[in-house]
Amino acid sequence: MTASTASSGWRQPSILPGLGLSLGITLTALSLVVLIPLAALFIKAASAGPAEIWAIATSPRTLAALRLSFLGALLAAAVNAVFGLILAWVLVRYDFPGKRLVDAAVDLPFALPTAVAGIALAAIYAPNGWVGALLAPYGIKVAYTPLGVMVALIFVGLPFVVRMVQPVLEESQGDIEEAAALLGASRLRTIFKVILPPVLPALLTGFVLAFARAVGEYGSVIFIAGNVPMLSEIAPLLIVIKLEQFDYAGAAVIATLMLLMSFALILLVNLIQARTRKRLGDV
Amino acid sequence: MTVAVSIEGIDKRFQAFQALRSVSLDIQPGEFVALLGPSGSGKTTLLRLIAGLEQADAGRVLFGDVDTRDLSLRDRRIGFVFQHYALFKTMTVAENIAFGLRSRPRAERPDGAEIKRRVEALLELVQLPGLERRYPSQLSGGQRQRIALARALAIEPQVLLLDEPFGALDARIRKDLRAWLRDLHSRTGHTTVFVTHDQEEALELADRVAILHEGRLEQVGTPDDVYDHPATPFVCEFLGEANRLPVKIVGSQAFLDDRPVLGGLTQNQGGPAALYVRPHHLKLVDDVPLSIPGIVEELRRTGPLRRAEIAVSGLAKRLDLDLTSQVAPAIGERVRVKITHATAFATA
Amino acid sequence: MSEAALPRRDATVPAKAAKPRRARPIGSESRLVQILLIAVSLGFLLLFLLLPLISVFVEAGARGWSAYRAAITEPDAVAAIRLTLLVASIAVPFNVVVGVAAAWAIAKFEFRGKNLLISLIDLPFSVSPVISGLVYVLLFGAQGYLGPFLKANGIEIIFALPGLVLATVFVTFPFVARELIPHMQSLGSTDEEAALTLGASPWRVFFSITLPNVKWSLFYGVLLCNARAMGEFGAVAVVSGRIRGLTNTMPLHVEILYNEYMSAAAFAVASLLAGLTLVTLALKSLLEWRYGDAIAAARHH
Repeated sequence: MTASTASSGWRQPSILPGLGLSLGITLTALSLVVLIPLAALFIKAASAGPAEIWAIATSPRTLAALRLSFLGALLAAAVNAVFGLILAWVLVRYDFPGKRLVDAAVDLPFALPTAVAGIALAAIYAPNGWVGALLAPYGIKVAYTPLGVMVALIFVGLPFVVRMVQPVLEESQGDIEEAAALLGASRLRTIFKVILPPVLPALLTGFVLAFARAVGEYGSVIFIAGNVPMLSEIAPLLIVIKLEQFDYAGAAVIATLMLLMSFALILLVNLIQARTRKRLGDV
Repeated sequence: MTVAVSIEGIDKRFQAFQALRSVSLDIQPGEFVALLGPSGSGKTTLLRLIAGLEQADAGRVLFGDVDTRDLSLRDRRIGFVFQHYALFKTMTVAENIAFGLRSRPRAERPDGAEIKRRVEALLELVQLPGLERRYPSQLSGGQRQRIALARALAIEPQVLLLDEPFGALDARIRKDLRAWLRDLHSRTGHTTVFVTHDQEEALELADRVAILHEGRLEQVGTPDDVYDHPATPFVCEFLGEANRLPVKIVGSQAFLDDRPVLGGLTQNQGGPAALYVRPHHLKLVDDVPLSIPGIVEELRRTGPLRRAEIAVSGLAKRLDLDLTSQVAPAIGERVRVKITHATAFATA
Repeated sequence: MSEAALPRRDATVPAKAAKPRRARPIGSESRLVQILLIAVSLGFLLLFLLLPLISVFVEAGARGWSAYRAAITEPDAVAAIRLTLLVASIAVPFNVVVGVAAAWAIAKFEFRGKNLLISLIDLPFSVSPVISGLVYVLLFGAQGYLGPFLKANGIEIIFALPGLVLATVFVTFPFVARELIPHMQSLGSTDEEAALTLGASPWRVFFSITLPNVKWSLFYGVLLCNARAMGEFGAVAVVSGRIRGLTNTMPLHVEILYNEYMSAAAFAVASLLAGLTLVTLALKSLLEWRYGDAIAAARHH
C-alpha cells in the first residue's frame, strides 16, 4: 500500500475507481471549453505589441469605459453590501407575512435572463416609466445615464451579498448576543461589536462576487445605459463594438485588461479572507 | 441582606411544554449551589430566569430585596458562563474580558490603564497569565472555559451563573477543572449557581444541591442530605444506584415477605412501601436478626470495589451489593445480607 | 408513589403574577426599528426586483392578447424558441456529464492541484459573458486562429449553432459541479466503499449509490444551469451574428425587437423567458424547503 503511494506521489491511494476517467473528462472539457480559448485571448492581446497595447489601453474611450465598469461595479457592490446586509438581517431575524416569498425572490437576478432584466429596467426607469416619471420632476434622470448603469449593476449583484451573509448571520444568533447583553452592552454595541464582526468575511465575499458579476455585466446594462461613448459606455460594450469593427486586437486587449484587473482584485480579497479565517478559526 | 437570591413561585411554559412548576429556592450569599436534573427537567430554564434571559409566567426572582423585573440586564450584574462559552471570536482574550467594563456608561467606565490592570489580574486569577493577545480559536477547551469565567467575573457580578460548566470538556480536564473551580470559589466567595446533569459533579462541588424533575424542585439540601436522605424516589434513583425492595411497614419495622428486614423506621405511615437501599448500604453478615438469606449469582469488579449480585427469594431483581472486604464469597454460595441504611417511600 | 416526599415549600409562597416589563426578548430590536428595516428591505426589492418583473408582464400585455399571441407565434419567434431549446438541450447535458465527472474526481479523491482545479472550474463565473463569446471568435472566427482551416474544410462555428453551444457551455460550465462538489464531499465515500467491498461493480456503485445520494443537488445544479443556458445573452450575442430564423436565440430576438421599437413584441417574448424564470425559482424554492438541509449542509464547507 505504502509502496504504491510513493510511486505515484501526486495522489493519495483510494479503493474507489474512476479517478483517471473522471479527471480525464474534466481536464479535457476544461481545456477545450475554457482554458485554450482564454489562452487564445491572451495570445491575441499580446500579439498586438507593446506600443499598440498601450495605445488601446490608454485611449480616452477605453479608459472611460473601464472606469465606468469598475467604479460602477464597486459602487453597485457597495450599495448591495449595505442593503444586502439589511435584507439578510431582516430575513434571518424578523418574522413578517410573505417572508418566504421575499426570500425566494432574492434569487430573481440569478435566474432572470439579463436581456429581459435590461429591457424591463429601461422601461421602468425611462423618463416616462413607472419610477422614472416619479423622479423626472426633480430633474433626476436614471435611464440613459451612468445612474442607469448603476441600477442595472445593483440588480445583477443583489443576491450575492444576501446569500453569503444569511447562513453566517443564522449561526451568530443566540449565545453571544445574550452574553453581550449580560455583560452590560447596549443593543447597538452588541450589534456592531459582537454580531457583525464575524459576518464581515462573508460580507466581503458577497461584495467581491457582486463586484465580479457587475464588472462584466452586459445584457442588463446596454438597454438602460444609453451607451453614449465616454459617458455611459461600459467596457464589455466597447469590446463588442471593437469586434463589430473587426478590431480583434483591440477587443482582446480590453478584454485582457478587464480580466487581469478583476483577477487581481479577487486574489487580493481571497488573501485577506485566508488571513482572517486563519485567525478566527471556528469557535 | 440575608439572602442573595430568592426565587419565589416561578412558573414557566414554552408553548405546550411546562418547563417550571412553582419553583421556589433561596440562595445564601457566597453559597455554591448546583441545579441538578436530567435533560428537560427545567434546570437550564431556571438558570436563564435568574439571569433575566427568560421571563417567568408567574412568580419572581429577588436579588436581596430588589425585584429583578425592575432591573435592566446590565444592572442585574450577572456573571454568566455559557455551556459553549460564547466567547467573541473576533476579539482577543483581553478584549473579551474587558468587554463588560468597556460596555459601562461613560461615567462608570474605568480608564484604559485600569482595564488593562484588571484584565491582567483576572488572567492571573484563572491561571492563564500572558494570553491577552490570543484569539479564542487559539485556545484549548479548558482555557476557553476559564477565559469565559474571567470575562464573567470582570463585571464584578452579584451572582455567578454557570450553565453545564464542564459539559463540553473531556473527562480528564473535567476532573481538574472541578477542583480548580471549587478552589476559586472558596477564594473569591461569589454567590454561584451552576447547572449540571452529572450527579457526581453536583455532589462533589456544591454546598447545596437542588434537584429538579419535570419542572418541579424535588429536593434541596447539602450533598449529604440529599444523598443519604432523599426526599423522593426520583432523587434517590437519580443520585446513585439503589436496590428497590417492596416491603410492608408495620410500626417502625419493614417486612419483606413477612420477614422483618429493617427496624427503627421513623416514618410511621404503615402499609406497603418501597425500600431503597444503596449497594454500599448492604452488608454480608453472619446469621443475625433482620438479615436476608440469598445466593451469590454474579461477581463483578466496579472500579475500586467489587460488586456481588445476590438472588433473594421473593425478589424479581437480584440485590446489588458492594463488597468492602477483600474476602469475597464464591458464586453459588449461600449468604446473609443486612441493610445498614435505607429510605422508605409509601407506595399506597 | 411519592407521598412520603417532603411537603413542598413553594406551595406556601404566594406567587405574584409577573408583569411583562420588557416587551421584547433578548436579542431583538424595538418593533419600530424592525418595521423600519423590513420596510427598507421590501422597498429595495420592490424598486430593483419586483417592479421590473411585473413590468415585463404588463408591457407584454399592453397591446392585448391577440398581439401577444402573434408576437410569440410569428416564424422568427418560433425559430428563436426552437434554437434556444436546442442549444440548452446540448449544453446542459454536456455540463451535467462534465460536472458529475469533476465532482467525482474532486470529492472522492485527494490529489495535488485540487484547489487549483476547483478555481479553474469556477473561472467562467468571473469572466464577462462578452469575453466568453469573444474567445471563440478569436479562435474560430473568420480572422481567428483556426478560421482559415475551418473555412477550407467548410466547417462553420461562429455565426452558427456550434458557436452558440460553445459560448453557452462556457458560461454555464461551473453550475453543476459547483452544487455537486460540496454535497459529495460532505457525504464522504463510506457508502461507496461499503458497496465495493460487497462486490458491486464500479458503474453499479455510481448509479445505485452515488447518484441517488446527490440527486437533489444535481437537479438543483441542472435547474440553475438550464436557466442560465436559455437566458444567456452577452456571450451568444458575440458569436451569433443574429441571423433571423437561423442563429437568433430568444434573448437575442428580444433585443432585436426592442431595438426596432417593437416594444410590446419584445416584452411578449421576454415574458416567456420571465415565465421560465418563475418556474425555475419556484422549483428551486421547493427544493430548498424540502431538501434544504442536505443542500445547505453541503454548502457550509
